[in-house]
Amino acid sequence: MTAQAPDNRTVSPPPTEARGSWIYDPKLRGILSQVIVVALLLWGFYEIIANTQANLKKLNQSFGFDFLSQASGFDLSTALVYFSSSSTYGRALWVGFLNTALVAVTGIFLTTILGFVIGVMRLSKNWVVSRFATLYIEIVRNIPLLLQIFIWYALVLKPLPGPKQALNIADSIFISNRGIIMPHPEFGDSTWIAILMLVAALIGTWGYRRWARKQQEQTGQARPVWLVSLPIIILSPIIGLALAGWPLTWDFPQLAGFNFKGGMTLVPEFIALLLALVIYTAAFIAENVRSGILAVSHGQTEAAHALGLDNGKTLRLVVIPQALRVIIPPMASQYLNLTKNSSLAVAIGYPDLMYAGGTVNNQSGKAIEVFSILLVVYLTTSLLTSLLMNWFNSRMKLVER
Amino acid sequence: MTAYVRTEDAPRLPAPANIVGWRAAIRERLFPTPLSGLASIIIGALLLWVIWTIVDWALLRAVFVAPDRTLCNVEGAGACWPVIQDKALQWVYGFYPIDQRWRVNLVYLMGAVSLAGLLIPRIPFKGWNALFFFVVYPIATFFLLLGGVFGLPYVETSQWGGLLVTLVLAVTAIVTSVPLGILLALGRRSEMPIVSLLSTIFIEVVRGVPLVLVLFMAANMFPLFMPPGVNPDKLLKAVVGMSLFASAYMAETIRGGLQAIPKGQYEASRALGLPYWKMMGLIVMPQALKIVIPGIVNNFIGLFKDTSLVTVVGIFDLLGIVQSGFNDAKWASAQTGNTGYFALAMIYWVFCFGMSRYSMYIERKLNTGHKR
Repeated sequence: MTAQAPDNRTVSPPPTEARGSWIYDPKLRGILSQVIVVALLLWGFYEIIANTQANLKKLNQSFGFDFLSQASGFDLSTALVYFSSSSTYGRALWVGFLNTALVAVTGIFLTTILGFVIGVMRLSKNWVVSRFATLYIEIVRNIPLLLQIFIWYALVLKPLPGPKQALNIADSIFISNRGIIMPHPEFGDSTWIAILMLVAALIGTWGYRRWARKQQEQTGQARPVWLVSLPIIILSPIIGLALAGWPLTWDFPQLAGFNFKGGMTLVPEFIALLLALVIYTAAFIAENVRSGILAVSHGQTEAAHALGLDNGKTLRLVVIPQALRVIIPPMASQYLNLTKNSSLAVAIGYPDLMYAGGTVNNQSGKAIEVFSILLVVYLTTSLLTSLLMNWFNSRMKLVER
Repeated sequence: MTAYVRTEDAPRLPAPANIVGWRAAIRERLFPTPLSGLASIIIGALLLWVIWTIVDWALLRAVFVAPDRTLCNVEGAGACWPVIQDKALQWVYGFYPIDQRWRVNLVYLMGAVSLAGLLIPRIPFKGWNALFFFVVYPIATFFLLLGGVFGLPYVETSQWGGLLVTLVLAVTAIVTSVPLGILLALGRRSEMPIVSLLSTIFIEVVRGVPLVLVLFMAANMFPLFMPPGVNPDKLLKAVVGMSLFASAYMAETIRGGLQAIPKGQYEASRALGLPYWKMMGLIVMPQALKIVIPGIVNNFIGLFKDTSLVTVVGIFDLLGIVQSGFNDAKWASAQTGNTGYFALAMIYWVFCFGMSRYSMYIERKLNTGHKR
C-alpha cells in the first residue's frame, strides 16, 4: 500500500520482479512439489523394504527365487502338461498359466460369438427376440460374476451322476461329476507331414484370398473365399495323416475302480467357469455391439437396401464392418476383463494361475516372490492384449483422405 | 357436368383387417417373415420353459413352512424357503452380538437417509449432506460399529458379516475412491512429468491385474510391509485393497470427463488469474464430474458386485455368509444351496438394477447443455 504518484507509471519495474516472491513461480513450484513427492515415495519404499527385511528375518526367511526349482508336493486336478506332486513350484505356476490361457482363449472365442448374437438380437424388430436379449442382458449384468460361477458350478456338478453311472456316449465319451472325459489323440512321429500340409494349406488359402480380393477390386467379380478355403484347410491335415500312414491313435478312457483312466478330462470346474465367464462377458459385449450398430447411420442401411442387398448381406457387408470401428476398443477391454476375471477360478478350485500361485504361496510361504510373479504375468498379458487390440484397431480404423 | 362431381366424401371404410387389431400387431411383431416367425417360436418356447422351470421350482414344488430340513430333503422338492427365513437376520447382521444390533440398524438408517437426500434431486442441502455422507458418516460408522469408546462394547471385525460387511466394503471403497480417483486423474494429466508418470504407472498396474490378486496381495503382503509385530485387521486389509483398486478405475472414468472439457475453459480460468486448485475446483471439476456421473455410478455398480470377491480371502460378506450357512446341519439338503443362491442373486440384482436405473435417470436429467 504505497501512495501512487502519477509519474510512477512510466517507470514501472520489469515484470519478473512484479511476481513478488519466488514461491509464486510456477516452474519452481512444480519442481519443488515433484521433489517432495519423490522424497515421500522414497521414504515410503525405504520403510517398506526395512520392515519387510525385519519381518522376513523374524520369520527366518530370505528373499529369492530358488524355491521355484523345489518339488511342490501338491497335485493339481487338471493340467495341460505333465504335472505331479514331485514337479517343481515353477512348473506348478506354468501349469496354472496354461490353464488360465486355455480358459481365457476359449472364453474369448465363445463370448464374442454369443455377445454378437445377443447384441444383434437386441436390435431385432421381432418383439420376442429383442425382449429375450434385453432380459438376458439385464439379468446377467446385474449379478456378481462370482455368484454366477457358484450357481453354474452347482447346476453343472450336482445333477451329474457318479463315474459308475456316467453318461456313456459310444463307449468313448463319458459325462459324470468328474467332468467330461473324452478320447485323447496321440500323434506318432510322422505327424509332421500333416502339420506341413496344414501350414501349406493356410499359406495357400491366404494367397488365394488376396488374389480373390484383387480380382474383385479389378473386375467386380466376387470369388467364393470361404467355400474354397474352408474345405482345403480341413481336408489337408487329414490327407497329410493318410499320406503319413495314419500315425494317429486314440487313448480311450476306461472305468477303473472309482474313476476313469486315460483319455482327457474337462473337469466340471472348467466347464462351470467357462460357462459363467462366457455368459457374463457376452452381456457386456452385446451392449457394445448394440451401441456400435446404432452408431452406423441409418442412411447406410437404406443405401444398401437401395442397392438390392438383402437384410443379412446389409448387416454383414455394410453395417458390421463400420460398426466394428466403434465396437473394437470397448471389446478389447472386455477381453481383458474376461482374462482377469478368470482368476475367480480360485473360488471353485480350477487350477488356474491364481489358484496355483495361492497354493504355492501357502506351501512355500514366499508371498512376495509368488505374488510379484503373478503381478508381472497378469500385467504382461494385459499389456500384450491391449497392444494387439490397438494394432487391430488401427488396421480397422477409417482411412480418411 | 355437375352430376359427375362428387359433392360429399365417400363413406369411411374401416382399415383392412390385416393391418389393425391385435392379430396384425402380433403378425407384424412376431411373424413378419417365416424365418423371424421361427425365431419367435423357438425363443418364445425357450423363454417359457425357463420361466416355467423357475416358477415350478420356486413356487409350485417349494417348501414354505418347515421347522428344519426334513421337509426340504425329499426327492422332487423345490426351493426351501424356510432356510431364508431362519437365516435372514444372520445375513443382515452377520455374527454381530444380538443385543448390539441397534448399532448396525442406526448405521443402516443414517446411511439410507443421507443417501436418499443425496440422490433425490429435489431435496435441498446437498452440500451439507455430501459433507455428512463423505466425512462424518464414515467416521461415525467406524466408531459406532467397532465400539470401545463412549461406553459401547468393543465388537471385533471378525464378528461383522453379511450385508453389513458388503455395505461397509462398498461404501468405504466408494467414499475413498472418488477423491483418490480425482487426485490420480489430475496427476495423470499433470504437466509435472514425475507426478504424471507415477500416477500413470499406478493406474495401469492396478487396472492390469485382477481384483483377486490385489486382495491376495493385500492379505499376504501388507503384514510384511508393516513394522514388525503390527498385524493389520483382516477386514481392513480387504478394504484398503478394494479402495486402491476402485480408485484406479475411478481415475480413468474421471480423466475421460476432464478430457471432454474444452481447452478454452482452462485458458479462461487461467486468464482470470485463478491458481491451479481453484481452477480445478471451481471451473473444471464441476463440469467434468457432471459429465461422468453415469460412468461413476457404473463404477459403483461394478464395485458393489466386486465386494463379493472378498469371500475368496475368507471374509464373510453377503455371499460368504450365505455359503457358510449351507453346511448348517439343521438345514443341509439338496435344495438349500440353490435356494440360497437364488435369493442372493435377487438381492444383488435389486441393488445393481436400481443403481443402473438411477444412473440412466440422472443422465437424462443432467443432459442439458452439452449437446449442440
